[in-house]
Amino acid sequence: MRVRVNADKCEGHNRCCALAPELFDVDDYGTATALNGGEVPVALEAKAKLAVENCPEYAIEYVRDGGEQDK
Amino acid sequence: MTKTPPVEDWATDYDIFDAGYVKDPVPVWDKLREQCPIAHTERWGGSWLPTSYEDMQAFVRMVPALSSRDPLVVSESKEEMEFDPILDEYGNKAPPITSDPPEHIPMRRLILPLFTPKAVEPYRPFAEKLCHGLIDGFIAKGTCDAALDYAVHIPAKTIAHVIGVDSERSDEFVGWVRGLLEEGMQDPAKRIKYRGIIRQFFGELVDARKANPRDDLVSRLLAQEIDGQPIARKAVVGMCNLLLVAGIDTTWSSISSALWHFSTHPEDRRRLANEPELFPSAIEEMLRFYSPVTMAREVTEETRAGDVTFMPGDKVLLNFPGANHDPAVFEDADKVILDRAKNRHIAFGIGSHRCAGSNLARMEMDVALRVWFERIPEFELTDPGAVTWAGGQVRGPRHLPFRFPV
Repeated sequence: MRVRVNADKCEGHNRCCALAPELFDVDDYGTATALNGGEVPVALEAKAKLAVENCPEYAIEYVRDGGEQDK
Repeated sequence: MTKTPPVEDWATDYDIFDAGYVKDPVPVWDKLREQCPIAHTERWGGSWLPTSYEDMQAFVRMVPALSSRDPLVVSESKEEMEFDPILDEYGNKAPPITSDPPEHIPMRRLILPLFTPKAVEPYRPFAEKLCHGLIDGFIAKGTCDAALDYAVHIPAKTIAHVIGVDSERSDEFVGWVRGLLEEGMQDPAKRIKYRGIIRQFFGELVDARKANPRDDLVSRLLAQEIDGQPIARKAVVGMCNLLLVAGIDTTWSSISSALWHFSTHPEDRRRLANEPELFPSAIEEMLRFYSPVTMAREVTEETRAGDVTFMPGDKVLLNFPGANHDPAVFEDADKVILDRAKNRHIAFGIGSHRCAGSNLARMEMDVALRVWFERIPEFELTDPGAVTWAGGQVRGPRHLPFRFPV
């Protein structure tokens, strides 16, 4: 599983970083980025799902291996 | 509260200050969401009240057709703004909350770094000591007013600490902010008075720090530049004004609402006391269920929204609290679920005006509830009839008489 933060949508709520600090970081303006190129280890897949499903801006997406977005 | 005629039709004549609505607005939102879903009223200067999550998500992004230049739920009159010497001297805006692009983003980028999760963490020990000290003051009695003896002091003293002003003055700050945002919404004389007091306080503080900089937030703001230019004095006064006004009533309301919930829902209280790992999700659920803040936008161009048309000059309320009860987005929306896994709530607003202080507010809420539950895991309301709620711009309990085993 891979995830990606859409920086144009992210408004710095920091929900992802709070729920999955192993997977996301935020900069000084609150904008989140996915760590490790968005790669999600199997053990952290549940946390990644939480981050996706708690983003109020719908800014985190799953990425298929081909780079195509997945809902 | 000012006496107004009772509401007969919420869809065409709602009243955001109606006592029953302030106490429990959820049934009104649920009905309007099915019926309209955007209600209208001529009361309090006139406004539109959307109730669906989808509309709130859309409206925050209609910039500048829905402008932030007037974000109060009841507008200040042009007359009171034009002939106020304090506003002439110290400015009448509170950037970036009152800004639209293009000036919004650089202003906002000045304050965002001050409130990142890492930036607010150093204030945690201050908040913890504060909460323990407050509880020390009443725990032996077995009773307290959890809103007035506990919750209110946490944001008031923390914000004073963050801004770098004497936290002993926090009771005054609370009085000013309530005068402006609570009583002042329905009473222009009060809001003019307290708006002036706050502006003058920060005007004098900004001038003092300009003359003699210190290691504090005001001095740091004054030292910043936008496009190589120092920030205008009035803008710095406005930003300080915003930190105080936006940081007290709001977090006070969230902490009080959570304590009210746990005092009246013993099964949730016991569950949280026994499963402290639920604190993070429980706090988000409290923020969703009891979202305190409604903001407003001023319409600057004709805008079609579903079946209605907003006209220039109209006011649209951003009903974040109502959106957070929309069953289209939240399963069992009107039920508190402490371990709710999927919770895209918008209590801190959404879009480019997302509450800049949200990480500070969350930290305060986390400390306030953890310390309370550690010291007082069993508590209940003594007199449900004595609980009072404020509403309008910011909703939350203002009196919470509690008792607990000594």
